[in-house]
Amino acid sequence: MPRISVTVDGIRYDEEVEPRLLLVHLLRDRLGKTGTPIGCDTSNCGACTVLLDGRSVKSCSVLAVQADGCDIVTIEGLSTGGTWHPMQRAFHEEHALQCGYCTPGMIMAAIDLLHDDPDPSEEAVREGLEGNLCRCTGYCTIVRAVRRGAREMSQEQEGVATS
Amino acid sequence: MIPASFDYVRASSLDEALETLSEHGEEAKVLAGGQSLLPLLRLRLAYPGTLVDLGRVEELRGVADRGDHVLIGAMTTHYEVATSPVVREHCPLVALATATVADPAVRHRGTFGGSLAHADPAGDLPAVARALDMEFVARSPEGERVIPAADFFLDYLETALDPGEILTGIRVPKLGPGWGFHYEKFHRTAQAWAIVGVAAAVRRSGGAVEEARVALTNMGPVPVRATGVEQAVRGADLGANGALRAAAERADEDADPPSDLHARPDYRRHLARVLTHRALVAAAGAA
Repeated sequence: MPRISVTVDGIRYDEEVEPRLLLVHLLRDRLGKTGTPIGCDTSNCGACTVLLDGRSVKSCSVLAVQADGCDIVTIEGLSTGGTWHPMQRAFHEEHALQCGYCTPGMIMAAIDLLHDDPDPSEEAVREGLEGNLCRCTGYCTIVRAVRRGAREMSQEQEGVATS
Repeated sequence: MIPASFDYVRASSLDEALETLSEHGEEAKVLAGGQSLLPLLRLRLAYPGTLVDLGRVEELRGVADRGDHVLIGAMTTHYEVATSPVVREHCPLVALATATVADPAVRHRGTFGGSLAHADPAGDLPAVARALDMEFVARSPEGERVIPAADFFLDYLETALDPGEILTGIRVPKLGPGWGFHYEKFHRTAQAWAIVGVAAAVRRSGGAVEEARVALTNMGPVPVRATGVEQAVRGADLGANGALRAAAERADEDADPPSDLHARPDYRRHLARVLTHRALVAAAGAA
């Protein structure tokens, strides 16, 4: 079986994997990263979105062997020292979830979106999250949360730059 | 669901990938970005014995300006294509259509060549390839050959590529100045597969259309070049009411649209005419 080495949420793992093992199953079943849920079998829903080398991917559509040597961040790797990531806080404060199943993927996709557009318009948020489905909220609170999270992230960065 | 078992070979060069393919014959399948193939494997619609992963073959990646054309490496991701300054400057239609493929996470992994070689009728890029007369560069152990877009798409999910052959790059001819472009697509909100799509390029001179290229997505098992529209729109006066609409009425002449849960053939024909009109207006306006 192929041996792979991946860094997940800052910790390096060496694993023997079957070639058919999906990245999402590696994360959940081997590494216990159950914060990343599985929503569908058609790569439609985006619930399993993680960052792979800094960019969003659907971890149900990546083989674990393809991720060999890569750096992966899941929803569980966002908080630092018990403090939530600003995007997590914004989702909480704007009530951007009901059942919460899509939330990890939404937050990872939102953070990815800010790479290319640090202050997205409502339209840009809706476009940027088109690969993530929510069946509860109607998206309004999610859009608000992403824009709030974006503002707070840029304020934090300004704070770092001026301090 | 979990895919059926397969062997996995990560190629580090094109030659190694070709060698592995010829060793394993038709049991082997090429893995590009996996955004079409992995869902097929998960749904157990495909059972390859061996996957040959091109993900680390750097020579297949990147965009190069080659004077009269732009060469897009087969393993260049949709994200890289859509944001490439060279593609945006010289092949805006490619950038526009690529930006509508699936969603951002899929575009980070999915590749330009993989999507074209997959040849899904509902995929956006085959119609753009037909409209722009792209050329497909393929390598086999015997050497290299170039396949025109008109000969590349044979049937549903079937291309002119031989089992032992690998698509290495796609040449996109530069059309030169004076052209405007648009990709118009009709799809369900929750998924980006085109129910019908229209790729249009229009060259105008003053207030009239001098030349146009139009191709349709998902109006048959392979992309359809709407030659009737192209002929009818030549010389159309953009100031005259209805000239573009009349030309767009010929959009579905050579089409053989499928029937599925999204749309019946007659509805697809209607969509093709309406969307072609919109695409012509937008492309002519942008010229």
